[in-house]
Amino acid sequence: MITIFGIPSAALFGQLLIGLINGSFYALLSLGLAVIFGMLNIINFAHGAQYMLGAVAAFLLLQWTGIGYWPALVVAPLVVGAFGIVIERTLLQWLYKLDHLYGLLLTFGLALIIEGLGRNYLGSAGLPYTLPDSLRGGQNLGFMFLPNYRAWVIVASAVICFGTWFAIERTRLGAYLRAATENPTLVRAFGINVPVMITLTYGFGVALAAFAGVMAAPIYNVSPQMGSELIIVVFAVVVIGGMGSILGAILTGFGLGIIEGLTKVFYPEASNTVIFVIMAIVLLVRPAGLFGRRA
Amino acid sequence: MLDRTGPLLAVKDLQAWYGESHILHGVSFDVREGEVVTLLGRNGAGKTTTMKSIMGIVGQRAGSVRFEGQELIGKQSNQIARAGIALCPEERGIFASLSVEENLTLPPVVRPGGLTIDQIFELFPNLKERLGSSQGTKLSGGEQQMLAIGRILRTGARLLLLDEPTEGLAPVIIQQIGKTIRALKQQGFTILLVEQNFRFASTVADRYYVMEHGRVIDQFANAELDANIDKLHEYLGV
Repeated sequence: MITIFGIPSAALFGQLLIGLINGSFYALLSLGLAVIFGMLNIINFAHGAQYMLGAVAAFLLLQWTGIGYWPALVVAPLVVGAFGIVIERTLLQWLYKLDHLYGLLLTFGLALIIEGLGRNYLGSAGLPYTLPDSLRGGQNLGFMFLPNYRAWVIVASAVICFGTWFAIERTRLGAYLRAATENPTLVRAFGINVPVMITLTYGFGVALAAFAGVMAAPIYNVSPQMGSELIIVVFAVVVIGGMGSILGAILTGFGLGIIEGLTKVFYPEASNTVIFVIMAIVLLVRPAGLFGRRA
Repeated sequence: MLDRTGPLLAVKDLQAWYGESHILHGVSFDVREGEVVTLLGRNGAGKTTTMKSIMGIVGQRAGSVRFEGQELIGKQSNQIARAGIALCPEERGIFASLSVEENLTLPPVVRPGGLTIDQIFELFPNLKERLGSSQGTKLSGGEQQMLAIGRILRTGARLLLLDEPTEGLAPVIIQQIGKTIRALKQQGFTILLVEQNFRFASTVADRYYVMEHGRVIDQFANAELDANIDKLHEYLGV
């Protein structure tokens, strides 16, 4: 058996793959949080619940209407994103001028309500979501076995993250977004409808969470608490990367997923806490986060 | 319907508040098409607030702001911009997270007839050299001011609100901005200018309104400047 640093290579690469998978979800979710925070100045604590709603939407689409994985990957984010838009118009828009704390409390309350409703109607046991046939099976790479679905998750997440980064940092619409993050009053006085932009940004961030939820459905079971389990780690990722930094959210998401995976191989006892240890160190050394700009 | 006989901008009994504080107490003045009109006054007289109220970016306002005969007092600032008014704010408002080029092309074109990028570079040759600069705020103060003026010339807006464009700049750059304002006037732009420096204003302005405590207290044409110079010194406390 081949070993690296005394560890069987299959175990090492296996954990690395799990780390990359987790990192894909960390990146997608912290990216949405960063986009929302930048534009709305709101720490979206309902992000985990919205991720869960994506998975639940995919599950229900399959159960009720027979709509499968591929259409659900588009339909679920659209439906959950529209739900996000309703929340922004009816609730969040009144909080922009207040302290961050109010937005955090409101979205935390929303998360509890959504999860409570989920438990009420779906129960807290996980519901299985069957893999689409096209993504069953896997590849033997020689040093490890790579399931097709896992490979798809990593590639799709990387593509979506890069696409979002590109749209924000390199396009005209992205320039509007960045400018409105800095000085919404002036951008509006140039003739741009900033309130509509804010609403759509929230819808997009929520849709990203739902997209991650659909991708997660075949890997983890669909359960009402799947979001709250993940979101605490994702917030740690956002703190490490720096609030409001797009590239920071993506790189830190993938990076910390890998670090977590490697910790499972070399020192399994620390694998659940390593991200929080890193967060504590980063907060001590660079309070604004690795990629954050000091306000 | 457009009212071609009236002034391009007619401000009547304009009132404005920031929270509890009542800043403008009934400001009235006109700007005719093709004119350069300057608001003079001490710090805190309400000049900048007047600009912001026209643009719709103060807390609360009342009275009347008519542009091309259209009432703007109830409109949002994005609609006011689309009507054809553009603001160059006192703090310049260059965006740090945008490159120089992105800053220059940020304000959308609201109607045809704006300057092309090349025409803007003719007015401000320095900007062309700094186009590759990654961050708008890395420019010098003068270059930032040129960028702040240049970017609103693309939009096709007919009325430009320039809030203290010479503040804190070197004399040679002030001269260049004066030259630019005269060139813009020749091209048919209408300009409302806020200035502390009336020596500079006298090189570009057709008429002046003097403000104090949130009201217009006097007005005169540029030709009457010499006759009014003592009064003006008194108003401005210089």
